[in-house]
Amino acid sequence: MMAMKKMQEQGPSEIELLLPWHAAGTLNARDAGRVEDALAGDPELARQFAVIQDEYAATIGLNESLGAPSSRAMQKLFDAIDREPSRAAPASFGFGARISTLLASLSPRTLAWSAGLGALALMAQAGVIGAVLMRQPASFQTASLSMNAPSSSAQAAPRALVRFAPEARVTDITALLDTYHASIIDGAKAGLFQLQFGDKAMTKDDVTALINRLQQEKIVSLAVVAP
Amino acid sequence: MSVTQAASDDVLIGRIAQGDRLAMQVLYGRHHVRVFRFGLRLVRDEQIAEDLISEVFLDVWRQAGKFEGRSAVSTWLLAITRFKALSVLRRRRDGELDDEAANAIEDTSDNPEVATQKKDTSETLRRCLSGLSPEHREIVDLVYYHEKSVEEVAEIVGIPENTVKTRLFYARKKLAELLKAAGLERGWP
Repeated sequence: MMAMKKMQEQGPSEIELLLPWHAAGTLNARDAGRVEDALAGDPELARQFAVIQDEYAATIGLNESLGAPSSRAMQKLFDAIDREPSRAAPASFGFGARISTLLASLSPRTLAWSAGLGALALMAQAGVIGAVLMRQPASFQTASLSMNAPSSSAQAAPRALVRFAPEARVTDITALLDTYHASIIDGAKAGLFQLQFGDKAMTKDDVTALINRLQQEKIVSLAVVAP
Repeated sequence: MSVTQAASDDVLIGRIAQGDRLAMQVLYGRHHVRVFRFGLRLVRDEQIAEDLISEVFLDVWRQAGKFEGRSAVSTWLLAITRFKALSVLRRRRDGELDDEAANAIEDTSDNPEVATQKKDTSETLRRCLSGLSPEHREIVDLVYYHEKSVEEVAEIVGIPENTVKTRLFYARKKLAELLKAAGLERGWP
């Protein structure tokens, strides 16, 4: 009792202050060892530790009794996320988004320009991106044409439905499109994008090989021949 | 929380920064209950606590790209929750809070049912834990329930590590006083 009174008068010791964390098991090995040694040689400290263990259990019991939030909270969150400006997310990836993302990373100030003039200027600024654009079917060249209306020469070109892996970045997808001479002609519906490969017809075997290659790509989680 | 889960949380945050909703759902599923309970213990209102978690995770969605991984994601979440909960509390009248704390420990000894409950040590402990001030409640919860280290609590609450230790010590002393007033002597202090 005298020891405890003295402890209270002098204020808590360093070891005494660490007891709650020892009860929770969140001390590092060195401090845990110091506390264990002190507990072994100090009955008053050990009694206080027993009290702390009761507090620890009661706090957990109290918190666990609080239940969980309703599904309303999650619904509210994802409604709010839906209202957020879109990002370079695979799920919302479209041709326009891809171009705007790529170009925005080059020169944000240019975004203030008029759309047509700005696009032309940026294409001149980034030859690589321009090259990517030049490989797109003619239907992408003007906004007035439907992106779903490929030119007649491209009608026989193979198409596939592709789902990209969630971790796929825009730059990865752009590189993949480049590698396969592909363009996105529709999407995303149920997370699937319709891709067209080149502008010439392929044999059935070539298409099968192409799809197999696609499926091996790390950023592709699904690839099937488009119906 | 395991090291594996902490690392996995970091990966989720990276994916959320890319706009990955699925990663957001996983992170939400993993942490929303603890975030809710931490918020609820601070604001003491389920509706407000539910609104809080939506706001906390929306902040995560918006700020994921800025997360540097210097602390655990769970620590970051609790720090955001605390900040938002305090904003809510600030909007309330101080007197209202004091009344709440007092009500939580108000003696209801005339009620036989409660008198019986008082004999139950853990029930009394819980009641008195609820009667602590918000400042003391949060530190007790962070250490015991959320299993945060001294360093992590210091980061969440924004106080020096030594203050974390002494604040919890005095929270425990206050708890002992409340327990004593409720007729429960534990031999400490």
